[in-house]
Amino acid sequence: MKSVDIVIVGGGPAGLAAAVAAKEAGNDSILILERDNELGGILNQCIHNGFGLHTFKEELTGPEYAYRFIKQVLDLGIEYKLHTMVMDIAPDKTVTAMNREDGMFQIKAKAVILAMGCRERPRGALNIPGYRPAGIFSAGTAQRLVNIEGYMPGREVVILGSGDIGLIMARRMTLEGAKVKVVAELLPYSGGLKRNIVQCLDDYGIPLKLSHTVVDIEGKEHVTAVTIAEVGPDRKPIPGTEERYTCDTLLLSCGLIPENELSRSAGVKMSPVTSGPIVNESLETNIPGVFACGNVLHVHDLVDYVSEEAKRAGQNAVKYINDGCKDADTSDVIDIVATEGARYTVPTTINVDRMDDLLTVRFRVGDVYKNSFVSVYFDDERIMHNQKRIMAPGEMEQVILRKSQLQEHKGLKKITVKIEAE
Amino acid sequence: MTDVIIIGAGVSGSAVARELSKYDISTCVLEKCEDVCEGTSKANSAIVHAGFDAEEGSLMAKLNVRGNEMMDQLSKDLDIPFKRNGSMVVCVHKDALDGLKELYDRGVANGVKGLKILSREEALEMEPNLSDNVEGALYAPTGGIICPFELTIAMAENANMNGVEFRFNTEVEDIKKGDDGFWHIRTNNGEYVSRYVVNAAGVYADKIHNMVSADKMHIIERRGDYCLLDKEVGGYVSHTIFPQPTKYGKGVLVTPTVHGNLLVGPTAIDIENKEGTATTAMGLNEVTAKASENVKNLPMRNVITSFAGLRAHLERHEFVIEEVKDAPCFIDVAGIESPGLSASPAIGEMVGNMLKEKMGLKEKADWIGTRKGVIKTEGLSIEERNELIKKNPAYGTIVCRCESVTEGEILDAIHRPLGARSLDGVKRRTRAGMGRCQAGFCSPRTMEILHRELGIPYEKITKSGGNSAIVLERTKGEVSMS
Repeated sequence: MKSVDIVIVGGGPAGLAAAVAAKEAGNDSILILERDNELGGILNQCIHNGFGLHTFKEELTGPEYAYRFIKQVLDLGIEYKLHTMVMDIAPDKTVTAMNREDGMFQIKAKAVILAMGCRERPRGALNIPGYRPAGIFSAGTAQRLVNIEGYMPGREVVILGSGDIGLIMARRMTLEGAKVKVVAELLPYSGGLKRNIVQCLDDYGIPLKLSHTVVDIEGKEHVTAVTIAEVGPDRKPIPGTEERYTCDTLLLSCGLIPENELSRSAGVKMSPVTSGPIVNESLETNIPGVFACGNVLHVHDLVDYVSEEAKRAGQNAVKYINDGCKDADTSDVIDIVATEGARYTVPTTINVDRMDDLLTVRFRVGDVYKNSFVSVYFDDERIMHNQKRIMAPGEMEQVILRKSQLQEHKGLKKITVKIEAE
Repeated sequence: MTDVIIIGAGVSGSAVARELSKYDISTCVLEKCEDVCEGTSKANSAIVHAGFDAEEGSLMAKLNVRGNEMMDQLSKDLDIPFKRNGSMVVCVHKDALDGLKELYDRGVANGVKGLKILSREEALEMEPNLSDNVEGALYAPTGGIICPFELTIAMAENANMNGVEFRFNTEVEDIKKGDDGFWHIRTNNGEYVSRYVVNAAGVYADKIHNMVSADKMHIIERRGDYCLLDKEVGGYVSHTIFPQPTKYGKGVLVTPTVHGNLLVGPTAIDIENKEGTATTAMGLNEVTAKASENVKNLPMRNVITSFAGLRAHLERHEFVIEEVKDAPCFIDVAGIESPGLSASPAIGEMVGNMLKEKMGLKEKADWIGTRKGVIKTEGLSIEERNELIKKNPAYGTIVCRCESVTEGEILDAIHRPLGARSLDGVKRRTRAGMGRCQAGFCSPRTMEILHRELGIPYEKITKSGGNSAIVLERTKGEVSMS
C-alpha cells in the first residue's frame, strides 16, 4: 500500500489552502484527492465577485480566488489527483479512493485533512407539499447549470430561502434575462449576508418576503406555479395569506449541510449544531491526526475565513507528524461553551500548551441582535465584553484568545461565549 | 397486426407481458408514458404482503398468497433484491385485541404460513421502537420488501428480451371492434390492430374498459402520501409495521425498504383526478401522526423526500381479471390496488393461463426466463471493483455520491433492453439521484451522460418524459465571428 504523510480529502478552497500551508511548513509528502475534473471546488461556479477582500485586499471572482491557491499548489509541486472519489476513511487513516485510471486504491496516511465542503438541503428535506415536477433546483445546481454548463433552467423564477447562493442566483438569473418574482424566507431574518441582499435583491427590485414559505407547487410534468404564504411565530402557514406566482422554476436556498458521510464512518465525533466534526484548538477531531477545515467543519460565510482556517489545519497536521504522531493530551483541556445566543463555537476545547499565541474562536448567533455585547467568561469572570451594532445568523462572528491570557488563568476549566444585552 | 396488445406498462402489464413472452405469439405493450413503471407501480409501499388482509376466498387473497410464494424464485430469476423481513400488525388498544385474532384466522384460511400472535413483550422484543401502548401484534414471517421499480423493469426487460415489443409515449385514444373481427386501437402514435387486448391501465383501466363495454366501470383514485427517510435511520424498525386495518385499507405503515431507507405512509384520500399525485400538507401531517401511534419517536427530521401515489380502487374492492362479457377477446386487469404489487407475478400467471387456454398457445422452445440486472458496485470488494474498472473504466467514476453509483452502472442502465431515457429512468434503474441530496449533485452529470450516449440535446433531456425538460435553452446563442 502506498504511504503518504498527509492526505487531503477535497481540492476546494479548504483543501488547497491546507495543502499550501502544509507544504510551506516543510512537509513534502502531500496528496490532494479531488472528485471533480479540476481543482477549486465550488468556487469554479461562483463567477460573481466579492471574494478575497480579507486575504488579498482586493475583490476577486470565485475562479480567480481559487486560481491564486491552485497556482501555489502547482508552483510548489504538490501532488493531486482529479476525478477521484474518496470512498472510505478508516480510523487508522487508511484512505480508500477510486478513479478511472488507478481503479480503487488505498493509501496509508499519517494525517488526514477533511476538506469535503458542504451540500445544499434538498426539497425533500423541506417537506413542501405539491407535485414533484421538473423545474425545481437547489440554487447551487442551477448555478452550475447556468455558469458551467451554459443552460438556463427557466424564465420565471421563485426562490425559497435567502441563503447566499439563492441571493446570488436571483441576480444571476436576472442578468441572464429571467424574471425573479419573489424570494421567500421562512425565518423572520435572512440567512445570507447583508451585502448580498442589497446587491442581489434590492438593486434589482426583487422583493424579499420574510416569514414566508412555499405551500404548494403546481404542474405535473413541469412547474407552472408556486404558492407562498406567510408563516406565524410557530413557522406554520397562516391561512388566507396565500399568494400564487406563475413560474417555471423554483430555486431552493434553504441551508447548507457539511458533507460528513466519510467522517462519520471513520468514527469522527460530530456536533449536532454544526453537523461538522468536534475539534480542538488544532482543528483536530477526536481521531488523532484527522483534522477538519472549511465548510465540512462548519458552514462559513466568507471563503477568506475558510482559507485562514484551512491554513491552520495544514500547519497543525505537519506539527502532528513532526511531533511523532502522538495523541493529543486531553488531561488538561479547557472547554469552550456557547450559550445564550451563541449557537456553537469552533473549536470547542483548548489545550493551552498546543495553542498558537492567538487563537480565533468562530461562532454564529441564533437570532438578530442589535447593539448587543459579545461576552467571554473565563469560568465565572467576564474578561471580554465587546459591543456590536448588529449581529445576524447569516454572518460569522469571532473572538480572539491570547495564549498569555489563558496562561495567566491557572486552573481555568471553562470559557463561555455568550451574547448579552448590556 | 398483433396477437395480443397489452395497455399499460406498470407492474401488472409487465407481469402479463413476461408471461405471454413464453408463448409463440406476437405481443405488444402500449404505454402512454416514456418508461415502464410510471403510474401506480412507482409510488406505493414497496412491500410484498403476506396475504392475511384480503377477504377469504377472494381473488385478491388467492393472488396475494400465490404472488408472495412466487417472489423468491422470481427475484432470483430476474436478479432483483427481495427480502422477507416479516410484517407485524400492531394493536395499541386492549379492546381491539380480538381484531388480531380475526386477522390471524383470515390469514390461516387464506393459506398464509407461519402466522403468530405475539404478546406485548414478544412484540417489543422483536421491535423495541414500537409504541409504549402496544398490547399485542400479529406476526407474519412471509411478509417482505421489494423494489417496485426493479420488479417492474426486470419483468418488462425480460419480456422484451423474449420478443415482446414496447411502444412508449403511446396513449390509447379509442378502441373499436373492426369488421374484420379484430380490435382496432387508435393511439396518438397511429393505429394498432390485435386479436386480443389486455387492459392493465391502472387508474385509467375504467376509461379503457368503457371504450368497449356498455357495463361501465368506475375507478376511484385513492391517493396515498408517503415520506421516505434517510438510510441513516433505515434500521429504525426491521419489520414492516402495520396498524390494524380499517375500511380504508391497511393504514399507515412504517417499513424498511429493500435498499435500506425507512418508508412511512400511506394516507388514503379519495380524489377524482387520475393525475393527482400532489402531496398536501394535511396528508403529510397525517402520515406522521398516524405512524406515531404505532412506532414511537419516529425520526421524521430525516425525511429526504415525500411523494404520493394513486390506488386504482373499485367500489367492490376486488381485483377484476376477466374477459369483458360484452367484449369478447378483451381482458380486464382492473382494480389492481394493494396488494397488487405482491400479487403481480400471480396476476401475470393467471392472465397467461387464461390466454393460453383461449388462444391455444404453444410454449416457445427458446424462452429465457432469467435476466441480469444492472451490476451494482456498492459493497463490492476492491478486487471486484478493479476487475470491472479494467473491463470498463467508467466503473471507476462515481456519478451519484449519495448512493455511490458509478458511470458504468448508468451506461448499463441506458444501453440495456428498454434502457433509460430520462433522469428518472436512470434513477429507477441505478438509484442515482435517489439519495439524501435528491439529485442535486448528480443531475448535471447524468444529463451529460444521457446527452453523450443517446445524442439527446440538453434542452430535450427530461426528468421523466413529456413536458419535463430540465433546462430551457442555452444562456447565450452561438457567437458568430463574422
